[in-house]
Amino acid sequence: MAKFIIRRLLLLIPILFGLSLLLFVWVRALPGGPATALLGEKATPARIAEVNKSYGFDRPLAAQYLTYMKKVVKLDFGQSIALRRDVTDEIFRRFPATIELAAAAMLFAIGIGIPLGLMAAKRERTWFDFTAVTASLLGVSIPVFFLAQILKYVFALKFSLLPTIGRLTTTRHLTEHTHFVIIDSIIEWDSGALWDGIKHLILPGIALGTIPLAIIARITRASVLEVLNDDYVRTARAKGLLTRSINRGHVLRNALLPIITVIGLQTGLLLSGAVLTEQVFTWNGMGSLLADGVIKKDYPVIQGGVLFLAVIFVLVNLLVDVLYAVIDPRIRVS
Amino acid sequence: MRHRNKFIALSMAAALMVTACGSDSKNSSDSAASTTAATTAPVETSGSTVTTDTESSAVTTESTGDTTPTTAGEAGPAGGTFVFGASADPVVLDGAYVSDGESLRAIHEIFETLVTTAPGGTDIVPLLADSWKSSADGLAWTFSLHPDVKFQDDTDFNAAAVCFNFDRWYNFAGVAQSASVSYYWGTVFGGFSDGATPSLYKSCEAVDDTTVTINLTAPSAAFLAGLAVPAFSIASPDALTKYDADKVGGTEDAPTFDGTFGTEHPVGTGAFTFDSWAPGDKLTLKRNDNYWGTKALIDELIFKPIADGPARRTALETGEIQGYDLVDPADTQALQDNGFQLLLRPAFNVGYLGFNQSKPPLDNLKIRQAIAYALNRDALVKAKYPEGSEVAQEFMPPSLFGWSKDVTQYPYDPEKAKALIKESGVTDLNLEFYYPSEVSRPYMPDPTANFEAFKADLEAVGFTITPKTAPWRGGYLDDVNSGNAQIYFLGWTGDYGDPDNFVGTFFRTKQDVWGFDNPEIFDALTKARDTQDIAERTKLYEAANVLIMDFLPGVPYVHTQPALAFAPGVTGYVPSPVSIESFAGVSLG
Repeated sequence: MAKFIIRRLLLLIPILFGLSLLLFVWVRALPGGPATALLGEKATPARIAEVNKSYGFDRPLAAQYLTYMKKVVKLDFGQSIALRRDVTDEIFRRFPATIELAAAAMLFAIGIGIPLGLMAAKRERTWFDFTAVTASLLGVSIPVFFLAQILKYVFALKFSLLPTIGRLTTTRHLTEHTHFVIIDSIIEWDSGALWDGIKHLILPGIALGTIPLAIIARITRASVLEVLNDDYVRTARAKGLLTRSINRGHVLRNALLPIITVIGLQTGLLLSGAVLTEQVFTWNGMGSLLADGVIKKDYPVIQGGVLFLAVIFVLVNLLVDVLYAVIDPRIRVS
Repeated sequence: MRHRNKFIALSMAAALMVTACGSDSKNSSDSAASTTAATTAPVETSGSTVTTDTESSAVTTESTGDTTPTTAGEAGPAGGTFVFGASADPVVLDGAYVSDGESLRAIHEIFETLVTTAPGGTDIVPLLADSWKSSADGLAWTFSLHPDVKFQDDTDFNAAAVCFNFDRWYNFAGVAQSASVSYYWGTVFGGFSDGATPSLYKSCEAVDDTTVTINLTAPSAAFLAGLAVPAFSIASPDALTKYDADKVGGTEDAPTFDGTFGTEHPVGTGAFTFDSWAPGDKLTLKRNDNYWGTKALIDELIFKPIADGPARRTALETGEIQGYDLVDPADTQALQDNGFQLLLRPAFNVGYLGFNQSKPPLDNLKIRQAIAYALNRDALVKAKYPEGSEVAQEFMPPSLFGWSKDVTQYPYDPEKAKALIKESGVTDLNLEFYYPSEVSRPYMPDPTANFEAFKADLEAVGFTITPKTAPWRGGYLDDVNSGNAQIYFLGWTGDYGDPDNFVGTFFRTKQDVWGFDNPEIFDALTKARDTQDIAERTKLYEAANVLIMDFLPGVPYVHTQPALAFAPGVTGYVPSPVSIESFAGVSLG
């Protein structure tokens, strides 16, 4: 097992190296550079040349890449051109927001998706199953920003129940320790902030969690249906076991494998930045950092952010593989 | 109430005139226009209508410019927290290092400049300097500073502090000289102490505690208007030194800004003090209870960055913020219908169709005139622009001095356009029309709509249009500015209240984007810039504008008034054409 994990981690090195090279060349190949993005209509050719010179963008690409990689090895992604802040610091400040949002979304998706899929499978071809399948189809196909607008309209504008921007009410002050609002409010023992933080998570959590929910529900349904028809379930039933213990011990555990794969992949995706949701709900996470970086052609932010997220994505996938082994002894043996 | 306030304003103005009478009458810009100058926040101005009298805000130093800008009503009760929805975070809270509106907005609350603009206008009025005069040759400007002013760290504001700041800017080196960092120094003063490019700045002299002289290498009348930009805010020398404001680290090809002055310890003399800043989340300022002027009404001012336009609107509607800038023109009606207040910023921009004369047939004046007559600018502005927009007749807004009513007009006249084409003898009527995508500018909310309208107009008189488009930041600006475009959309929002920042920027020197070499226009604009006497300058710019519109380097078509939205009950906000706006007089109502 340890060997397997180490091998996978070592594989990260060529992946990251290749990705960094690709990114480096790609962001510079895009038309318009940081100077144009910063100066707008005031970007005269002379000014652009001067900015490029002061940031070293006029040097040969290979030389720039070498300087860049020397710093990246030391985990220094440089300083953002638009924000004038350290990219590494910025990533560590923003990533907790993304984790918090992804966790809320996954909690919503798993908490509803699995029971929904399970019930639909057990009531196959009933009106419940039909409704669940249709709803999940709708869930997968609804654009996030559209759903977000509907949620905002209903819950914030019409009924004034939930907030629409940020992670806490703007006028509330909470001392930061971990950059996780929920954890910080527990550390500070501030129930008001905790409740406020949860309220701010609800709408973006639902908006972001709807697609994973639909996918999880569909996969759960399909997977459970498949297992329900397997021989060992029939045997268990023939042995006279209780339905509940069949479900828990035989069906769910075996049906879980594809569900975990989906959950893992979805979590990886959510962690790699929910650009739209973060923009619409003014959520100060990785998605908005990267979106802004791309708009402003902020090379260090794009490069650092994407590399960081690539590492996260690979690690989450590794975690999923390890979980497989825990759940399924057959994988462990092989 | 309105009359009473006017009376207060006038008596304040009279008082200021008395205190400011030390200034040289020839150059005195501190006229009676300074109704609500320095020590008074814009509380005294009144009016709650949406329209703004832009005419009255002209920078005529002789005028008594009774600016009656749009405000969100009368002075309201004190206290509370005001949350303003900004479109982005400030870059850094150090005026010398920024040029973007969001940074300057916050900086203007913490810091102050020597002079500022009258609320709602572009007249230059006192702020940290009570009065000023320039020497006869225009090379030495002496400012009398307001006495007994303290920085927020309790150090003294005095002539030495002013010189410290000017010398700091002048001595910037390396990446700090780049236009992406010290844009305004470069724009107003040119070069730095290393002498690589000539600088307008020569030296600063602290004559005594409250008198400072700034020496220039050449006369420049635009200098004073430039100083009103919050980029020239006077910061506490102690704090600048202590918190390494100028510490630039990293390597030569990957420079980094390492000081904490602009991120954690900005110290100025303004009505608000810095409290905390969590980038991306919020910037919190507190009322400066030791402020030397009229103290702010609200206790706390928070700038909340909300990048998404519709999200800003929803946040205002749900009460999560109390105001925001850059209202989408499509939202104005709905917001007003729902009881929100809309304030218009007096027009200080221009949208134009530019011609590159190095690309025939645009070198032919008759063709340029034909295009001008062919465009139905009125129809476009009426159909596609928000309330308050007007058709432009020249390359600068009418509120600025030097705007001429005598320029040649080019009303919509397709027949005349056709006739001019015939007269020109040009047979190849193909035009490559550049317009940007993925952008919305104050003077161009929807470039594609503008393109479609003008394309139809031009085709109607016989031109053949080839559309060329690229994302604004993804190639468009590079292409156009380096002279690759034949006819193109571009525009400009003024940095400060001087015509040199409009027509001077465009036409004072030869530029690839215009592709013409017309010494007559270059000389006229250079002379106008270097003239000291304001009446004389006004005449010179008026004449230059006539020259320009006869030569027709492009067709200016619109000036717009960007809108701000506020919650019902908010009072005391005065939109400024140059976006120099104070929250000191704002009340939550």
